[in-house]
Amino acid sequence: MTPTLQLCLIISAALFSIGLLAALGRRHAIFILIGIELMLAAANLNFIAFWRFGPEPQNPTGVMVAIFSIAIAAAEAAVGLALVIAVYRHYRTTNVRRFNQLKG
Amino acid sequence: MTGERVDQIFVVAKHWLLSFLNGAPEWLQPIVSSLINISAVLGVFMALFALISVLERKILGRIQNRYGPNRVGPFGLFQPIADGIKLLIKEDIVPARADKVVHFLAPIMMAVPAILALGVIPYGRNMTAFSIDGGILFFFAVGSATELAVFMAGWGSNNKFSMLGAMRAIAQMVSYELPLIITVLPVVMIVGSLSADAIVQAQAGYSHGFAPRWFVFTPWGAAAFLLFFVSGLVESNRTPFDVPEGESEIVAGHMTEYSGFKYAIFFLAEYFGMFAVSGLAVTLFLGGWHAPLPVLEIIPSYVWFFAKLATLLFVFIWIRGTLPRMRVDHVMNFAWKFMMPMAFTCILAAAVWHYQAHGLGGWLWSLGILLVVYLALSRFLRADKNLSARTYRFAE
Amino acid sequence: MSVAAFISIAILTLAGALAAACLRKLIHAALCLVVAFLGLATFYFFLGAEFVGLVQVFVYVGAVAVLIVFTILLTRREDEDAAGFNWGGVIVAVAVFAGLAWTIMKTPSLSVVAPVIEPLTVKRIGEVLMTNYVWPLQCVGLLLTAALIGALVLVMEEKR
Repeated sequence: MTPTLQLCLIISAALFSIGLLAALGRRHAIFILIGIELMLAAANLNFIAFWRFGPEPQNPTGVMVAIFSIAIAAAEAAVGLALVIAVYRHYRTTNVRRFNQLKG
Repeated sequence: MTGERVDQIFVVAKHWLLSFLNGAPEWLQPIVSSLINISAVLGVFMALFALISVLERKILGRIQNRYGPNRVGPFGLFQPIADGIKLLIKEDIVPARADKVVHFLAPIMMAVPAILALGVIPYGRNMTAFSIDGGILFFFAVGSATELAVFMAGWGSNNKFSMLGAMRAIAQMVSYELPLIITVLPVVMIVGSLSADAIVQAQAGYSHGFAPRWFVFTPWGAAAFLLFFVSGLVESNRTPFDVPEGESEIVAGHMTEYSGFKYAIFFLAEYFGMFAVSGLAVTLFLGGWHAPLPVLEIIPSYVWFFAKLATLLFVFIWIRGTLPRMRVDHVMNFAWKFMMPMAFTCILAAAVWHYQAHGLGGWLWSLGILLVVYLALSRFLRADKNLSARTYRFAE
Repeated sequence: MSVAAFISIAILTLAGALAAACLRKLIHAALCLVVAFLGLATFYFFLGAEFVGLVQVFVYVGAVAVLIVFTILLTRREDEDAAGFNWGGVIVAVAVFAGLAWTIMKTPSLSVVAPVIEPLTVKRIGEVLMTNYVWPLQCVGLLLTAALIGALVLVMEEKR
């Protein structure tokens, strides 16, 4: 017996929801970034799964998209974490609740 | 063909062991096969670790004009056993304010990537423990987990020296990982494969009947090998780049709070990392398990691999006995201002060499490119031109 | 690829992810995130995308996790670990999961088994990347350069 597409999608949905939980439920900026990373990873898993179970697995489109999305996620993480550091320097906190004013 | 048989003796032995499983269920075969591979790699490198740890002290002793360990057994050869027993029966101290779980997991996280990385290196003809299509990428992927292990050790100890050492180590490892990987790219480009077996295969044969076609004998290969070796020195935290654990400044860096067997595992991971980097250097640039001359091909392939590995390890120890430790900022400047541009130049030189059909023209062109960039860099990076003569105010 | 192995890795990955989302201490969360990413890489291996799995380990464990850990160190304040949940967010997340799971279970055409394919070699990926996807590749290169410069500018200390 081998796993089906359904199983992959359920796992990916669970991963996405956990990411959402971290992004919406936590108040620490780094946790929100972790949540976004998890959601992106879940999307990647979906790409790979649809490529593997899809009608044309000889054509590596899903793999390509996953590779590009990993590269973009890396760029996103770098800029996001740089933003966290910059905001921390200004407000002396990483709690997103306190980032509530635009004036410097 | 006795030569052939000696060459393949370990492969034949493995098949003989597997033949006992003929009646066993289908799924057992690959599991036992990988277990044999794992135990072979672990056994060989454990023995090599024991040997090198005593040889290093002997060679350092020779370099520093003293004897080195010579009490336990003949020529002090049983020293590693004595050391092992000593480390085993020592008390395992965990600081009271330490992050216990992280402190415990750090040595394991340190040793696992080093052992995994050893798996993809071809040790002889048909002797790759874990032969996958993206072998070189696997090597660097698992190798990059070492940085996290260092961080875990520094953080888990809850000690400022540990944390400082870990920060230094991570900064230096991240910086030198770039040249390390970029110098591999020319080889991957020329061979057109990420598999270690294919890279060794591409270095087979001899031009003019005697000169081996190793990549180290091309201009870009020689430059890339030197850069790779220096980056490898940094990645395995060896002198002159051992600032993370500089004992005269920050005790022992991230290993300060480790004692007993956990310290021994750090020690082991460091040596295994050294073996892995040297093994990869042999695979990529020094022709893997190929013999240097056609006449010498009678000697089995694994002997050649381990001879080359031993030579590189000797150079590691030699450098440790010769050079003093570098300063942190010098190490970082060297990485970003010299190693990185040179590594990129290697890619360019390899491309030129390739498009000149590997001939004399390509040879001269790539040599020229490398020399021009090297001279330009050494001209621009000269640090001494702004310094006036040093004056001593308090000493003299 | 057997279902048992698949499910055990799924449990490991999801446990790592859940711990990364819920643990109190940031460092522990970041380290659990590494576990989740390693599990995900194993999935890619299982699904026949070796290269993506290796890239996943390389980029996430080697680079993103180290970045996160460094940021945690640079913004550390013992008293402000911002514990506690925004319960609205938790409810939204659970609702999203329930909706997604219900949809996936209800769709009948999803219970297909993977077709047998010849393994996707690194060489093939490289060829495709250099022919069909050459412009996206250049764009990603540009994006990464821009991100590098942007991140540097953002965290540079202002000269006073």
